[in-house]
Amino acid sequence: MDLSVYASRCVETPEKFSQGHRGCVGCGEVLALRQVFKAVGRDTIVINATGCMEIIASTFPTTTWEIPWIHTLFENTAAVASGIETAYKVMKRKGIYPKDLSVKFLALGGDGATADIGLQALSGAMERGHNFLYVCFDNEAYMNTGVQRSGATPYGASTTTSPAGKTIGQVTWKKNMPAIAIAHNIPYVATANPAYPFDLMEKVKKGQAVEGPAYIHIYSPCPTGWRCPPDLSIRYGRYATESCVFPLFEYENGKYTLNKDIEKPIPVSTYLKGQGRFRHLAEQDVAYIQNHVNNDWAALKKRCQE
Amino acid sequence: MAKTWKELPVGNIVFEPGSAREYKTGDWRSQRPIWDQEKCIKCGACYMFCPEGAISMNEEGYAVVDLYFCKGCGICARECWTGCFKMLAEDEAKLKEGKK
Repeated sequence: MDLSVYASRCVETPEKFSQGHRGCVGCGEVLALRQVFKAVGRDTIVINATGCMEIIASTFPTTTWEIPWIHTLFENTAAVASGIETAYKVMKRKGIYPKDLSVKFLALGGDGATADIGLQALSGAMERGHNFLYVCFDNEAYMNTGVQRSGATPYGASTTTSPAGKTIGQVTWKKNMPAIAIAHNIPYVATANPAYPFDLMEKVKKGQAVEGPAYIHIYSPCPTGWRCPPDLSIRYGRYATESCVFPLFEYENGKYTLNKDIEKPIPVSTYLKGQGRFRHLAEQDVAYIQNHVNNDWAALKKRCQE
Repeated sequence: MAKTWKELPVGNIVFEPGSAREYKTGDWRSQRPIWDQEKCIKCGACYMFCPEGAISMNEEGYAVVDLYFCKGCGICARECWTGCFKMLAEDEAKLKEGKK
């Protein structure tokens, strides 16, 4: 008997991210956020970039946050996080805060805030080695403002600023954010997916425990922007990992680990099919994407075996 | 939650953490989950995958949906191992309720 089915019952039940948020029906991003908050402790300061998660959670006169939270602009999330972290350190050194106080810092941003607008602040914070965890919720476009393309939009996806028609939609490949984070030589980088909740929570715990900057890239299905039925958002998350479009791995002190080894990847077409943003893709486009995914997967596997 | 603008605090500061719990998201719903407790194996998969946090476990360990928050996305129906959850159109569900 496989008791891992019952693992959900061991998760702590109080919600630090309360109900009543205004997320879209079937939002995978808010689900990922809920799971992140199940893993973090009470002594956490959240630094939240502009984006879906900020808009839906802080609609006046209510708030969804139950732990200290600060809203920042797109471009300075990591900068504000490093400021708060430094101030905390100084206060501790001066004896204003007790010595045994242990506060963690959690910066949240969407893919636009991370891969496009806030990249240089994030790069700076990682380079300076501040002790914080940066979590990127990647729903592959600027969903909050109405599905505009971002640097993290995958090849072939149709968005309102890269519409399919004369071109294939998005003509460039997705920016590889985890690789950029790894290039900063930080102690912990991981990718996670809300369709694998325990893996996600384990990674968040690890990322918070690590001394120094940590980065977690969370794949967040968005039924609204991907033009798929809301009840399938978990399933598409699972397809993304099973088809190796979004492999789950972690990078710890120079070593890659593959968390979910896919022995027989499902074809990419299973993942692309049914999503409205990919519906215009012809067979040769799908084959092209499959080829790219295969190469990436082989490269990642090789790195993990080293 | 303030009912009128006159009740709003000065400076528009929100003092109560998690006050969004008073906001009813249940009336966004167009589909309603109907669940069958006999099929429930108390695994908690629905609880883990509910984006709203609307599903909780009752004292006996069975899953219970809080319809005050449920937006009717249908993820629970899709992810339940044993298929306890069925989605029913909200109008139909209301009609059935009325008949009872």
